[in-house]
Amino acid sequence: MLGVQLTELRAAEPAGAAAALDLAAGLDDALGDGLARLGAERLAALTDLAGAFAATPLGPALAEAVEKIAAGSVTDEHLATLAGARTALFGAVHDAGLAALDTALGRARAEWAGPATAEPAAAGPLAGCRSWLRELAIAGWRGVGRDLVSAVDQTVEALLADPAHRRLAVLVDGLAAELRAASPVAALESLPARRWADLWSRALLLAQGGGPPADAEPVSGRLLILGADAHEHGTAVQVQVHAVLEPAGGAPPRLVRTAVGAGKVDTITGPAVWRLLQHHPKLLTALAERRALEITELPLLPGGDLLWDEERATAAEPVDPFATARVLLPRAVAAPVPPLDRHPVLIAEPVLIEGYRSDGTTLELDGATLEIDPRRLPACGPLTPQLVRSSTACVGLLRREGDRWLLQPLALQATVKRKPVEAHSGDWALGVTDPKIAKAEARAGDPVTVLRERAGRLLRK
Amino acid sequence: MVVNEADTERAAWERGSTVRVVEPVRPRKLAKVPFVELAEGRLQGVVSSGSDPARVYVASIAARTHGFGCSTNNNRPCGGLGARPCKHLRALADEAVLQYGVDRVARYLHAEVGAEGDLLAGLAGGREAAPAAAVFSRFLRHLAYLELPDQRAPIPELHWFPAPEAVR
Repeated sequence: MLGVQLTELRAAEPAGAAAALDLAAGLDDALGDGLARLGAERLAALTDLAGAFAATPLGPALAEAVEKIAAGSVTDEHLATLAGARTALFGAVHDAGLAALDTALGRARAEWAGPATAEPAAAGPLAGCRSWLRELAIAGWRGVGRDLVSAVDQTVEALLADPAHRRLAVLVDGLAAELRAASPVAALESLPARRWADLWSRALLLAQGGGPPADAEPVSGRLLILGADAHEHGTAVQVQVHAVLEPAGGAPPRLVRTAVGAGKVDTITGPAVWRLLQHHPKLLTALAERRALEITELPLLPGGDLLWDEERATAAEPVDPFATARVLLPRAVAAPVPPLDRHPVLIAEPVLIEGYRSDGTTLELDGATLEIDPRRLPACGPLTPQLVRSSTACVGLLRREGDRWLLQPLALQATVKRKPVEAHSGDWALGVTDPKIAKAEARAGDPVTVLRERAGRLLRK
Repeated sequence: MVVNEADTERAAWERGSTVRVVEPVRPRKLAKVPFVELAEGRLQGVVSSGSDPARVYVASIAARTHGFGCSTNNNRPCGGLGARPCKHLRALADEAVLQYGVDRVARYLHAEVGAEGDLLAGLAGGREAAPAAAVFSRFLRHLAYLELPDQRAPIPELHWFPAPEAVR
């Protein structure tokens, strides 16, 4: 990414995005107070929201939902409509942001060809989940206490038991843990209103029942890794690898991702999380040794996600991710975004930025500045603000928070003590390579082994 | 328009999608005390027996009243427990302080911590019946997360949960 592209991106702040987010904030505040006790101000905000949608297909349903909710009738259907409207607002903000980014980068993006419709709602744990989300909406975040949070425990267990509901289970478990930690929420001075409303709306939409499974296309070729992005909450970890696929047969390179994840507990964090992913040795080796992977008939979802399968991959020769970013990234075709994943938080576009100066929190390139995302230099990898400060080249993900663009480094080239150093987010996939941190880890012992031993002995199988 | 820093921070908290709500726990050795939590109005956890690998002790301290209890997972009372906390309770308190920091534990228990930072010294409660079976089943539920099958498909929602940064 060049300085001029960065300047162009920063100048292309989409019109109307702030107004759209303000409309959503009206709903977010209503969810803070609870739909059972809407004051005049909150009610006016919901009416504004309905007004903004009047000319859209969602208009009549939303107007009715707001009217009924105001009258005290909060049904699953009304809530799904509210969550749908909020999701549409963030979808529009997402689209405008991503379009500005694609234009600035000159990035080609394929058209969405996957399914857009969802199946009707299913019973069982999904109904249980919807009913908990309804209770939350009625009580409002400020009405949440220990009992309301604990009420979802059984639903989470039931959702986790079915791999088809894993996505919803992980989301709801993450939200419940935050509400538990914050209980009684009424005592909080102010609420993470947008965050909780984001999670609530997504959970509600996922709990309507999964759409038909998207058709995967088998792909083969060489997978050239750009870097790894790690996600984690108390009971889940996921590593999402961004890569360029050079398809066998010479088709244009494609920008893809593949994610592997596992269940975990809160005491397993930092570099130890890689141990939970050891069923994927080829992928971890490719990360740690910066190697390419040869893949054969690996399923690729329409949104650009490869479904990882060790059986269909072999580790190949070492490839420098900076070389991949330099040579292939400008030509790679990006995947379209699945309808439900149109949210600014899900913008994570790989870029290469070189020749900048940084103070560790922002970087400056030809007079344009870009903030480093302070929340995304995780303990499971070697990247630190200090390293950012001495770096001059970065492979990273461009992210969006509110009206700002942020850079999440995945790989850095820096000069430390006059020597060139290079560090990548996946360097520790097979074990910590920094002797100081490795020593601290060794002192703490291996939490995964300890807990697996306890599980083997105490969980009677 | 005057914008002060507190307002900016508050706006970022209220209107940020990826703000951190739960402080990540600090890494600690798990061999002796594999499970510690601040939940259900108690500091509670599981302490491995020093002599029998198949036995664990379930120890807990209630918030506010500071009543404490300790028994085996088979609900036999801990032999070391008297009017004062046993070594299992002491281990539980020490590990809780490592995991959460003394301030967070003391805040949860509504306890005063003395200058030496000894959590147990500041507790006024006595021995009381503890819900050992319930705590033990929460421990088993906790362990069951490690037995979940590997995740097969991407979970986009985890983008809301960036892996925590290092405290370096």
